[in-house]
Amino acid sequence: MSLPVRVGTLLVAFLAVVGGAIFVVAHFFLAGPPVITAAVAPGNQVHLVMQEDPQTTVTNRPDWVSYFIQDPTTKKWVHTTLFKVPAGATVHVTIYGYDGCTPPRNPFFGQVTGTVGDVEFIDGKKVSTLNGWYNCSIGHTFSIPGIGLNVPMGSPTTVAENNDLCTVSPCTPMEDGKPVPHATMTFTFKAPTTPGSYLWQCRIPCGGGYITGFGGPMQTIGYMTGDMEVGS
Amino acid sequence: MAIETEPGRTGTGGEAGGAAPVRAWWMRPGLIAAIIGAVIGYAIGHWLGNLITHGYPQAATGGGSPDSNDTPIVLGYLFLVIGWLAGMGVFNDLGRLMAGRRVSGEYAESRGLARYFRFTLDHKVVGIQYLVGMIIYFCTAGLLAMAIRTELLSPVHHVFSSAVYVEIVGEHGTMMMMLMTSVILGPFGNYLVPLMIGSKRVAFPRLEALSFWLTPAAFLILLSALLLGGFNFGWTGYAPLSIQDTVGADAYFFAFGLMGISIILAGFNILVTVICYRAPGMRWSRIPMFVWGLLGTAVMMTLAGPILVGGCYMTLTDRTVQTAFFSDQLGGSSYLWQNLFWFFGHPEVYILALPGFGIVMEMLPVFTRKPLFGYRMAAAGIIGVTLLSFFVWQHHLFDSGINPDMRPLFMLTTELISIPTGFIFLVGMGTLWKAKIRLTVPMLFALAFYFNFLIGGVTGVYNSDAPADVTEHGSFFVMAHFHYTIMGGLIFAFMAGCYYWLPKMMGIKLNQTLGKWHFWLMFLGFNSTFLPLFAVGLLGQPRRVFEYARHLQTLNDWVSISSYVLGFSILLFVINFVWSTVVVRERATANPWNSRGLEWLTSSPPPVDNFSRVPVVLSGPYEYGVKDAPPVADLNPPVGVLAAAVSDIDTARAEA
Amino acid sequence: MAAETQPPATGATGSGSNHGLRIFLIWLVLALAVDLIYWFVIGPNVPPGTLGSAAQGQRFDINVMTVMCLPVMLMVLVYFGYSLVVWRHRQDDDEDGPPIHGNTRIQATWITVTTVIVLSLFGFGTYELIAPNGAGGGEGPAPIWNPPGARLTVAQQRAPWSPGQVLVVQVIAQQWKFTFRYPQFGGFETPNLVLPEGQWVQFDVTSLDVIHSFWAYQLGVKADANPGVDNVAYTKTQHLGNFTVRCAELCGLWHGAMFDYGKVKSVAQFESWVSATKTQFASVTSILNKCVPYATTYDPTTIKAKCSGPVMNTLGLTSAGGGWGSPLDPAGP
Repeated sequence: MSLPVRVGTLLVAFLAVVGGAIFVVAHFFLAGPPVITAAVAPGNQVHLVMQEDPQTTVTNRPDWVSYFIQDPTTKKWVHTTLFKVPAGATVHVTIYGYDGCTPPRNPFFGQVTGTVGDVEFIDGKKVSTLNGWYNCSIGHTFSIPGIGLNVPMGSPTTVAENNDLCTVSPCTPMEDGKPVPHATMTFTFKAPTTPGSYLWQCRIPCGGGYITGFGGPMQTIGYMTGDMEVGS
Repeated sequence: MAIETEPGRTGTGGEAGGAAPVRAWWMRPGLIAAIIGAVIGYAIGHWLGNLITHGYPQAATGGGSPDSNDTPIVLGYLFLVIGWLAGMGVFNDLGRLMAGRRVSGEYAESRGLARYFRFTLDHKVVGIQYLVGMIIYFCTAGLLAMAIRTELLSPVHHVFSSAVYVEIVGEHGTMMMMLMTSVILGPFGNYLVPLMIGSKRVAFPRLEALSFWLTPAAFLILLSALLLGGFNFGWTGYAPLSIQDTVGADAYFFAFGLMGISIILAGFNILVTVICYRAPGMRWSRIPMFVWGLLGTAVMMTLAGPILVGGCYMTLTDRTVQTAFFSDQLGGSSYLWQNLFWFFGHPEVYILALPGFGIVMEMLPVFTRKPLFGYRMAAAGIIGVTLLSFFVWQHHLFDSGINPDMRPLFMLTTELISIPTGFIFLVGMGTLWKAKIRLTVPMLFALAFYFNFLIGGVTGVYNSDAPADVTEHGSFFVMAHFHYTIMGGLIFAFMAGCYYWLPKMMGIKLNQTLGKWHFWLMFLGFNSTFLPLFAVGLLGQPRRVFEYARHLQTLNDWVSISSYVLGFSILLFVINFVWSTVVVRERATANPWNSRGLEWLTSSPPPVDNFSRVPVVLSGPYEYGVKDAPPVADLNPPVGVLAAAVSDIDTARAEA
Repeated sequence: MAAETQPPATGATGSGSNHGLRIFLIWLVLALAVDLIYWFVIGPNVPPGTLGSAAQGQRFDINVMTVMCLPVMLMVLVYFGYSLVVWRHRQDDDEDGPPIHGNTRIQATWITVTTVIVLSLFGFGTYELIAPNGAGGGEGPAPIWNPPGARLTVAQQRAPWSPGQVLVVQVIAQQWKFTFRYPQFGGFETPNLVLPEGQWVQFDVTSLDVIHSFWAYQLGVKADANPGVDNVAYTKTQHLGNFTVRCAELCGLWHGAMFDYGKVKSVAQFESWVSATKTQFASVTSILNKCVPYATTYDPTTIKAKCSGPVMNTLGLTSAGGGWGSPLDPAGP
């Protein structure tokens, strides 16, 4: 091959390689679910509304359990687990628990820690410890290990309800004219003063079909684990 | 056996395949057909997997999406490889033999770029294929390493999410450890071993070519893990985490197992070639030290490779059909994988180190103009490392809860292996004594090998000390140690080999000025990157983490910036390589380094059958400074001499 | 066979031994200087520190090995440096070098010296592994190097503790948090690690899911956490201070974030921390003691019948998550 042809081929190959690398980085490495910024009320208070569903029919992994976060402006449920709060804010959290119960691997995580008063409210009742084994009352947890927060999510408490969970996500309180079983958890915690990203995760082995229950959705950001961004 | 028994087999194109018409290039087996075969194969395998697991809901662990069931993906890969190889023409000769037809000679073309994209029986073509392939694999994995260092610039601000980071770490490590196993044996071993021992061919040319064509498949399957969500357990694949992972893990285990098959074949081929295909007069005391190094490597590849393939296969059955080898809660043991993996893994790292020893000891005599000091000691060192490498693997498991009595035992064997390793240093130092050192680019890399391996080897002694290993294990200290031995050792030797042998292999000289820039930037960048990591590890930073203590940020930033310099130096090498071989193509003389090696007696590049007549070897390759030393071989022995030498083979073999 | 020749005896001997002597002297001076500087200036500050006896022992080991290895490294470096300066090829010289194939005496000396160094390092390392009771590394479920009063059975581990006895701390690793159980104080579990000063501590490390590794950096303790396995490691706390606990074995997505800060407090402060923690976690401790009584390993795949209530029984749930259950059943684990 003559010199210009060789140089031309080299150039094309080089551009292809660079283009390929940029594509891989942009599409696979840097892409991720959106970050929901919590709306700030006076007194550095924010309100965070989430729900956890037994499946995610809006994604290409319909059988995976997942959290959703409500966008504070549009009030729509977004399939993400990334949210942002200001540093030192008082965070009031409401979580709708649509998923059924799963026994925890370590019943220790049935105890509420890290919230204001070390309690949470499930359907209005004050709760400080849930017995995830005897009562099969825990569906998931909302835990931020970096600030010692661990809040078990209550699940529907009867067998009938556990067999009649919501079927389309994001779940709504009514489906086909019938009420959908769910529990409502509310609690408050203080966001840390040091900015940064703090992981949060579920501690219940709800990754069905994965050994020890911690695979799949439990290790995929956007489903059962995510980040709390604390801004300055 | 080096004397050709079937002269027509690897002849130059014309005679053997002369009768049958040669088909158009796009209808013959080759890369295009292989890609088509791979795509068709994947589709078949995927469909078959879905068919088999149809009634089993527990197999559908991916949440019901079409790409998330393990069995179709594994079977898809399997049929992909079969289709890839079929398209490449690997099975054609086998089919012909079974049908009683003549084996075709159409693979032995001597000219043209197209033969590099085919399944070829010429070991020199395979060597060049390996060279280009290895450079591509190395650079891809190197880019991933730069991504890792970019993430570690800050302990709190994250460039990538944690999931992506752990994916990148696993891809980088696996790509390097898996593919760089053959980085010297593949290109330089396959190309040069027959030339160095005076043979016209390798023992098993089809196995050799097969071992190459498995590597692009393994590389692409491993890369495809990124499409499947990656794998989150690093290159060591510890169970039960690897059983728990989503479908990206199947790509890892399949690719690694496939590469395991490739290294078994490559090693076995070199082993038999060296033992059986030496020219008359090529006694064991005369074979080049590079060949000794590859001999040890080949033994380890052939013996350790099967363990890897077996372990990967067992994990794949754990993941697909739910056997319980490694799942503790189902009756298996997480220790089983650790032991299987490291029983392969430790010889693997010596597979990575030994070819480097071979290369540097090959070059020192040439650039010091002196015989190799202590030839037998060097060979003993290589044999010692090869044997001992199978007895040290539990030093990776010191803190894992193994029987405490085992810890002093493996401490002993691991400390002992540093004795034969030390022989290599004495040989180097002795060869430098009163030498006339020429600091050419290959020599610079060879000397840098010694410097880097000194640090790597000594820190290996630190790791072998079980009490000190309590802090060092799983930290950046171990990371720095193995990068010093593998990158500072093997890759520097690879670069030395490139600059030294490219004139022989391609008839083209690489630009020496750019080479010196490449060397200094690489040497300084490499040491600046990895030397501080010993401190980072001792100061408490574990491996594979995206968050670290804030007071370690300065060190980490220094390392990251240095790694960009190191990456730039590799870019310089790639530019030099590509520019010199594709654009400039400056012809090299037949023996630019004035070496006594047998491979330099041929033209550059050598003819298709290496030697028109089997040479008779007259002396060793390191007889510099010896008065009246005969040339290393006689390429055109008179007929009577050859006959006499042939009848002497049995006596020579008895002596050696 | 390659002929082994001694270096030529005539003429070159003088310059031969001159080179050797020069290299030796340069090396001697440098090695002494470097060793002294290292031992007195750098050595006392080498990680991992002095908070635990295991850490102190490891610092000593690293220092001894460095003092032995630095001269070896210097020997090679000085030799290489000298040869690159003195024996460089001169521009006009196209001759080959002297044909030295080997030197039996030098080779034999090298083999002997390296073997002696290596075997003495082995002896030293073995002593330093055994004498400090395992040097902080995990010894598995049947440790053979124990401090006096080590508690190796569950009954012994449940017996109460008083200062001067071995404190037993069970480290439970799970994805992605360590929790700590203190069997000697009623079996309470806590996410915080607090230790008393000047006491032997026995860490029983186990995991509930995948392989983790408990690395208490300043204490000098590292023990892998394998599911279903009890991995025992010892150290003695030497003074007050804080330490970092990091997971040292890749355990999935949040491995990098699996860390804690532990504290070594005075005995009195430790005991008051114990009673405060017992109160804080009283309700969940009673659940644990009934359903997951303290044991050296746990199997979350079996939930005892008495701990399983009507809802669990009707749903057919007998294990805590992660069997090969069908993901299509939302109520299944």
